[in-house]
Amino acid sequence: MIDHTSRPVAIELSALTKRFGDMAAVDGVDLQIAEGEFFSMLGPSGSGKTTVLRLIAGFEQPTSGTVSLFGRDVTTVAPFDRDVNTVFQDYALFPHMSVLDNVAYGLRVRGMSRITRHARAREALDRVRLADFADRKPTQLSGGQRQRVALARATVVEPKALLLDEPLGALDLKLREQLQVELKELQRSLGITFIFVTHDQEEALTLSDRIAVFNNGRIEQLGTPAELYERPVSPFVASFVGTSNIFDDAVSLALLGRRGTHSLRPERIGLTVGDTADGITAPGTIAEVIYLGTNTRILVDLDAGQRITVLAPYGRERFSDHDRGARVTASWRDADVISLQSPTTPPTAPSEKTPIEMRSR
Amino acid sequence: MRLGRLSKVTLGAITGLVLALIYVPLLVVLVNSFSTSKNLVWPPPGFTLEWWGKAFRNAGALEALWTSVLVALSSTIIALVLGTLISIALQRYQFFGRDTVSLLVILPIALPGIVTGIALNNAFRTILDLKLTILTVIIAHATFCIVTVFNNVLARLRRMGTNFEEASSDLGAGLWTTFRLVTFPQLRSALFAGGLLAFALSFDEIVVTTFTIGGGVETLPIWILNNLFRPNQAPVVSVIAVVLVVVSVIPIYIAQRIAGSEQTRR
Repeated sequence: MIDHTSRPVAIELSALTKRFGDMAAVDGVDLQIAEGEFFSMLGPSGSGKTTVLRLIAGFEQPTSGTVSLFGRDVTTVAPFDRDVNTVFQDYALFPHMSVLDNVAYGLRVRGMSRITRHARAREALDRVRLADFADRKPTQLSGGQRQRVALARATVVEPKALLLDEPLGALDLKLREQLQVELKELQRSLGITFIFVTHDQEEALTLSDRIAVFNNGRIEQLGTPAELYERPVSPFVASFVGTSNIFDDAVSLALLGRRGTHSLRPERIGLTVGDTADGITAPGTIAEVIYLGTNTRILVDLDAGQRITVLAPYGRERFSDHDRGARVTASWRDADVISLQSPTTPPTAPSEKTPIEMRSR
Repeated sequence: MRLGRLSKVTLGAITGLVLALIYVPLLVVLVNSFSTSKNLVWPPPGFTLEWWGKAFRNAGALEALWTSVLVALSSTIIALVLGTLISIALQRYQFFGRDTVSLLVILPIALPGIVTGIALNNAFRTILDLKLTILTVIIAHATFCIVTVFNNVLARLRRMGTNFEEASSDLGAGLWTTFRLVTFPQLRSALFAGGLLAFALSFDEIVVTTFTIGGGVETLPIWILNNLFRPNQAPVVSVIAVVLVVVSVIPIYIAQRIAGSEQTRR
């Protein structure tokens, strides 16, 4: 784990705001990212995370606020004069160039001779195990191979920070998990800052030193994966990072005996048939049992009027589809209940109607 | 949707009739260019290659052909440069009056040629005090040739999106380098198709040409018009007409093939 407080600041955003018409895609973001940090920006579509990345890369100009890279204010500096490189969501490999020429492109525009840049590009392709594909066109590669070419192209110019815009979004699950490992290894060996945009909370938790959770153009919470998972500050973070049972004011009063908004992770709830259980208990009826392999997800309608999700590991008390309608008792330790700030936003992720991930056009 | 036998026959007959109406007269011109009759009597009393030989030794016709090629090439080149620039400006940048400029660029193709011709004639002679020469024809043709280039390039830019240009800029390339290494290579086939159409438009244009050409210079269509009613020239005119048709149709055919193959490729 990188201790971000003891390292020099790589990227600093101050009061960064970007408006598209009436809508603030990014709304007063302050952020410091350390050198060598694997930093993720996590959020649903339209939460502003991609726009922040584009502001750092220089593809967008902020409406107000500043972007500093390695101590230099680059707010008005063009993308080609910034020491950061981007891996695009759709890779943006030049279709009319060979894989080798794609990787060598950044070196070519820096005026490096053909022989040197091709040698360097071949090394870079070798690192991503694509040396044999140098003469192919990007269209002749698979999604995972294209992704690795994009990585090679962005890193061969030795940027001080790498920006990754949902780089694994278009790949299937197996490949994604494999490339996650490769990304993490690459980041370690290069030792540079990675800024990783994703809407996949699991991916963010797996890879990151720190995560900023975005919602409605603002950072809702900033912290290590463990902090975000174990101590979410708001209903939004509690339900976006992993799943949570959210108890509003009235339900909290009925179940916990105190007011406020609270959350409880499904795996922290025990379920027993009948009414024998320790700790805080709440009786209810099983509404649905979903078999997930390593564990089982059970939806329980509590008598207090709330439907909760319980995650029961394989092997202990087994529930099956036949248990629908059965009377059960849910129980948990009070220490596992997390007190949240009262909801400023709805506890579920915003609907698809909320503004699209804004791009320049 | 299945059609009955009668409908099929009827629709087929109508299609055949319409196509015949368009192409039989062209065929007659082709046949007449080989006719032994000087007055285009039908049916031709006999066949000869005399007129083709004469046409290719006819100094006036050859000069007109050269003039037409020069005009078409020059106005196509102007259209390629200006059309590309304006389409990049309109597709990639936001500015005040963008929609208006876009409309004004396309308009010349819809304007009646006679209006464009009179207006340009007036502007060249009285306002700009220019002598009407082959140059004024080139400028006049370029006004509507731009449109075909503009349309092709604009569509391509729209489909390309800005990702490649952003990637290039991200990797350190300035505006001009990005255009040269990334944008232009991807525009090439669109420029080729647009340029061919522009060439074809200019090559057989007559109305605007009539009003903007100087004395003593003739493009091929003008030469045909001037020679059509001269005694004994009719068969030679037929030959030139055939040449004109062929030179105009080939670029259109190639441009269509390019557009077609790109559509199926995607």
